[in-house]
Amino acid sequence: MNFIPASLRDYVLPVLYGIVIVALLPLLAGYIVLLERKVMADMQARLGPMRVGPHGLLQPIADALKLLIKEDIIPQKADRFLFWCAPVLSVTMALLAYAAIPFGPVFQIADLNVGLLFILAISSLGIYGIVLGGWASNSHYSLLGALRSAAQLVSYETAAGLAVVSGLMLAGSLSMKDIVQAQSDQGVWFAFVVPVGFFIYLVASIAETNRAPFDLPEAESELVAGYMTEYSGFRWALYFLGEYANMVVVASIATTLFLGGWLRPFARYQDHLFGTSIELLDLLPTLLFLGAGVYCFWLAPRQPVQIQKIVMALVGGLCVALALGMTGALFAPDTVRTGIHGAFWFLAKVFVYIYAFLWIRFTFPRYRFDQLMRLGWRFLIPLALVNVIVVGATIVLQQNWDWRHPMLTAIVTTAIMLCVAAFLARDRAPEVEPLEVGEGD
Amino acid sequence: MDSVLFYFFSALAIASAVLMVTRRNIVHSAVFLITALLATAGIFLQLQAEFLFVVQIILYVGGIMVLFVFVIMLVNLDLSLHLMQFNRMKFVSTILAAVLAGQLFTAFWITRNSLNLGPRGEAMAQPHNTESIAQALFQNYMLPFEIASILLLVAMIGAVVMAKRKV
Amino acid sequence: MPVAIDHYLFLSLALFSIGVVGVLTRRNVIVMLMSIELILNAVNINLVAFSRYWGTVDGQIFAIFIITDAAAEAAVGLGIILAFFRNRETVLADEMDMMRW
Repeated sequence: MNFIPASLRDYVLPVLYGIVIVALLPLLAGYIVLLERKVMADMQARLGPMRVGPHGLLQPIADALKLLIKEDIIPQKADRFLFWCAPVLSVTMALLAYAAIPFGPVFQIADLNVGLLFILAISSLGIYGIVLGGWASNSHYSLLGALRSAAQLVSYETAAGLAVVSGLMLAGSLSMKDIVQAQSDQGVWFAFVVPVGFFIYLVASIAETNRAPFDLPEAESELVAGYMTEYSGFRWALYFLGEYANMVVVASIATTLFLGGWLRPFARYQDHLFGTSIELLDLLPTLLFLGAGVYCFWLAPRQPVQIQKIVMALVGGLCVALALGMTGALFAPDTVRTGIHGAFWFLAKVFVYIYAFLWIRFTFPRYRFDQLMRLGWRFLIPLALVNVIVVGATIVLQQNWDWRHPMLTAIVTTAIMLCVAAFLARDRAPEVEPLEVGEGD
Repeated sequence: MDSVLFYFFSALAIASAVLMVTRRNIVHSAVFLITALLATAGIFLQLQAEFLFVVQIILYVGGIMVLFVFVIMLVNLDLSLHLMQFNRMKFVSTILAAVLAGQLFTAFWITRNSLNLGPRGEAMAQPHNTESIAQALFQNYMLPFEIASILLLVAMIGAVVMAKRKV
Repeated sequence: MPVAIDHYLFLSLALFSIGVVGVLTRRNVIVMLMSIELILNAVNINLVAFSRYWGTVDGQIFAIFIITDAAAEAAVGLGIILAFFRNRETVLADEMDMMRW
């Protein structure tokens, strides 16, 4: 580090992390797409992509190559500057949010004092990629899809922000590191203290990323493809990349705020292993990877084709290597150990959250646009508002009575919120008068 | 580093502002206003007002400008691209604005070294900017806060009534 | 060495005068509204610069109220423009002359 002038030394590590994230994220997004197709296939009792590469593992690379060599079509009267700019905006905002996300106690580009608000702000900037893209295409379908999508995003962003506030009140700080530290200090993940807030955030984040069942603006059977209609080739790939990167961002916020960030489950259970300094639960990653490796080795001889056997064996070997790496990290100095294990638990929770997204996508039918807006404005936002008031009141009352126990907050707030939710979700009279057909014919 | 950031953001802000005022296409004007507002947010961050930085982005760029872009898309006529975009008084207005700017510039230039702020003024960054704002807002400025919320309610009702098709 | 405060004053002045030029010379009412937003931002920069140099937080609170005000005014102004456009099909200030003799 001696060849770097002292004034720039503070910037080396963040820039390095930034380069790693920008380089790895497109690959990660591509593999999330593959994961989605495989999970969809599994839930529909079929196999999914199997041809390109063993078990379809090279499918994202083939897709990327295809999109790169496709013809770049620009509609004749399209606004060229905005047409170029819109997908770039979408991806840039999705990647910019990673600047404040902690992937572990060590891997964070910048621990901003207002980190959580910063990520919310950047998500609200992502709307422009959609709106300007729809406008620049100079096509009715695109414009309508873009306006619908932007209206949906704005509505659910309010609900998401309010749900985040309820978790924030428990943490007492906007800095992402402090939020995880608060969950560690209080010994409980905030999802168990404000489950209604977590639920609101889950629903709002599905709508924020335009995922099913809220994907009317971009679904294939509606409005062609909405704002993405006129985009082909690499521009479309950028939009897609932005959407999946956004999914990871939203999952990271939920993980940090509600699911304990990089904390191990039962972080306070510190039984050690037979007189060594290794905590029992720290062996969980090793056991998980070992189990996955053993499963791969058991599957390998049962593959039909030679190359699939080899790939299965290689994947099994990779899992075992990761298991050994996790165990080795336990003996390393403190920062390395917490860094690697923290990153593992963080990524595991993000993966579980994204799996929930995929699961919900293939289970529920799509919302119609007016149903979507009604859900956002007449159910989620009032629920989130009342949630903020109730959680705040509970915290203040607990402080005054000096009896701070997370389970009390959980039970009281959940009871009140369930009553409010039942009230808000009551059956109202139908707003459209049923048509009376042919009485005087 | 401070001055590099300041010059970068101010150059971006002024360039975006000039471009915004001169574009023929209104959507381009809106995009340049967005960049000008983002540059302003950068200036706030450089002044270590971090809460105002995020509030500017969430409210101004992510809220008000989205509203502007929506309305522009609803009222945009292709015809307007071929009409005059500056009105008949453009020379007189520019001269007047230049006179105003010149006066203020002279005032600032003459007094530029007399703003001698004491040690308290020498770049004292608030350690917890958000907390300080929250305390001041809810203790000293509670009444303006409540009035601002009523103002927002009135504006919301007004905007809905103005934009409805049949009242 | 931190940036001297007169730099911020000059920046604020530049943005303010560009906004004034925009309001006075453009025909399109929406661009006039956008120039007004620019003027409000110039004032915000001024306030926040002084707030930092005095070490208090009052300037930033005033700036927050200005942002709130700007939001309210933009919403109502755009509502008026929409209503007017629905009736007269124009957004040019020159053509909004129904109340002239």
